[in-house]
Amino acid sequence: MTVMEQRGAYRPTPPPAWQPRTDPAPLLPDALPHRVLGTRAADRVDPDLLRRLYAELVRGRRYNAQATALTKQGRLAVYPSSTGQEACEVAAALVLEERDWLFPSYRDTLAAVARGLDPVQALTLLRGDRHTGYDPHEHRIAPLCTPLATQLPHAVGLAHAARLKGDDVVALALVGDGGTSEGDFHEALNFAAVWQAPVVFLVQNNGFAISVPLAKQTAAPSLAHKAVGYGMPGRLVDGNDAAAVHEVLGEAIAHARAGLGPTLVEAVTYRMEAHTNADDDKRYREDAEVEAWRAHDPIALMEHELTERGLLDEDGVRAVREDAEVMAADLRERMNQDPVLDPMDLFAHVYARPTTHLLEQEAQLRAELDAEARHHEDDDEHDPEGNTR
Amino acid sequence: MTTVAVKPATMAQALGRALRDAMTDDPTVHVMGEDVGTLGGVFRVTDGLAKEFGEDRVTDTPLAEAGILGTAVGMAMYGLRPVVEMQFDAFAYPAFEQLISHVAKMRNRTRGAMPLPLTVRVPYGGGIGGVEHHSDSSEAYYMATPGLYVVTPATVADAYGLLREAIASDDPVVFLEPKRLYWSKDSWNPDEPQPVEPIGRAVVRRPGRSATLITYGPSVPVCLEAADAARAEGWDLEVVDLRSLVPFDDETVAASVRRTGRAVVVHESGGYGGPGGEIAARVTERCFHHLEAPVLRVSGFDIPYPPPMLERHHLPGVDRILDAVARLQWEAQS
Repeated sequence: MTVMEQRGAYRPTPPPAWQPRTDPAPLLPDALPHRVLGTRAADRVDPDLLRRLYAELVRGRRYNAQATALTKQGRLAVYPSSTGQEACEVAAALVLEERDWLFPSYRDTLAAVARGLDPVQALTLLRGDRHTGYDPHEHRIAPLCTPLATQLPHAVGLAHAARLKGDDVVALALVGDGGTSEGDFHEALNFAAVWQAPVVFLVQNNGFAISVPLAKQTAAPSLAHKAVGYGMPGRLVDGNDAAAVHEVLGEAIAHARAGLGPTLVEAVTYRMEAHTNADDDKRYREDAEVEAWRAHDPIALMEHELTERGLLDEDGVRAVREDAEVMAADLRERMNQDPVLDPMDLFAHVYARPTTHLLEQEAQLRAELDAEARHHEDDDEHDPEGNTR
Repeated sequence: MTTVAVKPATMAQALGRALRDAMTDDPTVHVMGEDVGTLGGVFRVTDGLAKEFGEDRVTDTPLAEAGILGTAVGMAMYGLRPVVEMQFDAFAYPAFEQLISHVAKMRNRTRGAMPLPLTVRVPYGGGIGGVEHHSDSSEAYYMATPGLYVVTPATVADAYGLLREAIASDDPVVFLEPKRLYWSKDSWNPDEPQPVEPIGRAVVRRPGRSATLITYGPSVPVCLEAADAARAEGWDLEVVDLRSLVPFDDETVAASVRRTGRAVVVHESGGYGGPGGEIAARVTERCFHHLEAPVLRVSGFDIPYPPPMLERHHLPGVDRILDAVARLQWEAQS
């Protein structure tokens, strides 16, 4: 049959069953990042929450400074600082219920600490003694994830599994602007939307992926707009306004909890320090840009709000700062102790049921350690002072 | 004593039965992948499972392998036991990062706190006339990744028994299913599956005295055929089916080679950097003084998998195996 002979079945438009599947308008983010501090919306916020956020911001800034100092003293191998991004980190931690899960990236140790994790446990990855210094199930904090965006599908899967089991659990996954270019970002958001998984994605758009600015990362109107393509709402928020981040995340989490599916939140913030201590940001950005963001500092914003509203006085500021100093001193002291390591741990957790060739290698290391120990004993016998010769 | 007549079953049916029985026994077992639900999988391994267990447990996922495995990781973190199907060997590559950076490492990086008991089923190998990207032998990549088990059945009974054990295992298992054996049949009673050796044990499929063919998966039947043909040449070949590449059963393999004094490793995967190199080295290290000849390798060529009309020249067949056997320095014996 020729095409002409099929004319009876010819239809110039798609069959009527086709129609747009979702109205995109309600999914679109606002034109400008949502703000609370310094606006009338701040009046609605519980003063206790503002004070808690403030205290955690100050502690967070101090934690970042202490961790950076520890790299200079050689106590940390590397530290990707979240200085300038404390509002996102702190709000992400405080907005979750205890039963919820947090999926951090390597830059999000502060979020883990603000959620209650011991800072020393949060930093073992970066100290270089343990990949994960804590039991993820104990705090419901997934291991700090280094390969970009690969933690996002985990958050989706966990949230999906929780829903299948009938548990009221939401997963909050953290990722940076650079991470949104990864395939796993796309796949995670797509799975989340298809499954209507109770998960919230928080993109901290801090302006740079190491040295590469957002303009080289995406041509999207905003990162929040990417949500629309997946059929989930996108929200844009001022990432230095802790009250706004807390509010937007809170709404997204409530949405997820109600079974209405995932949300993508873009928090517009700025990485005030280099990517890590090993990076030189003078090579790719101007001081003036950094200074412009310094005027929009998350702590200053909150302090201003609290002071203006009479919720914070000089004594209050001093008390919060002292508390942060206590935390920093404790962290410093404990990080200045050498971790006790057992080389045999190399083999302890590779498998539940180790392979024979691994057992052979384990025996090999054991023999090497024994030989080393005998060697030291011999040395000690010849040189009771234990001096190096 | 009466024997019940047992009807032949295919490997695909045995795999499907293993999934079904695992899901029945353990409500945390979930099956997920592309087309595994309504369609029952492109090889029909998951046929009927969605109907029996519902779409929450047998899930047609979006078409994205990293997403499939990545979400399975999250599900396993929450206490489920996902069985993931990668539709074809070469389509599993997008999931490599999840597999290598997370599946293989999670137990270790959390010091045992967060094991990931998941199974990744991968149809692999050629010989089915598949067009490009449908016939890869990807086992060497998986073998080289600490933290994974790599298992591959060659018989119907093993397909069932090994898959059941893989799903029950607390270690993540890459379960490689030889595509061209999906429709191979054997008498096998699904209601009384015969017990098989556990993962990590190799099995002598055919005892022999002249030389050992060390092989696995799709090459096992080829080696058995070669052993039959070798009788005419006066060789009595032993065939060892490895069944799992990780863990590797040095004991069974070395015992066989010590007995025969000669060994050929046979696989479809390329030779350079392929599993045969590791196996030959292990055999040599353990059996040097028993060897009458160097351990030889018979493999696919080190070429991208060829178009189907040429694949028979690529795949190791009976002739290539017998040629290798002929090169095992028999003249030195007399």
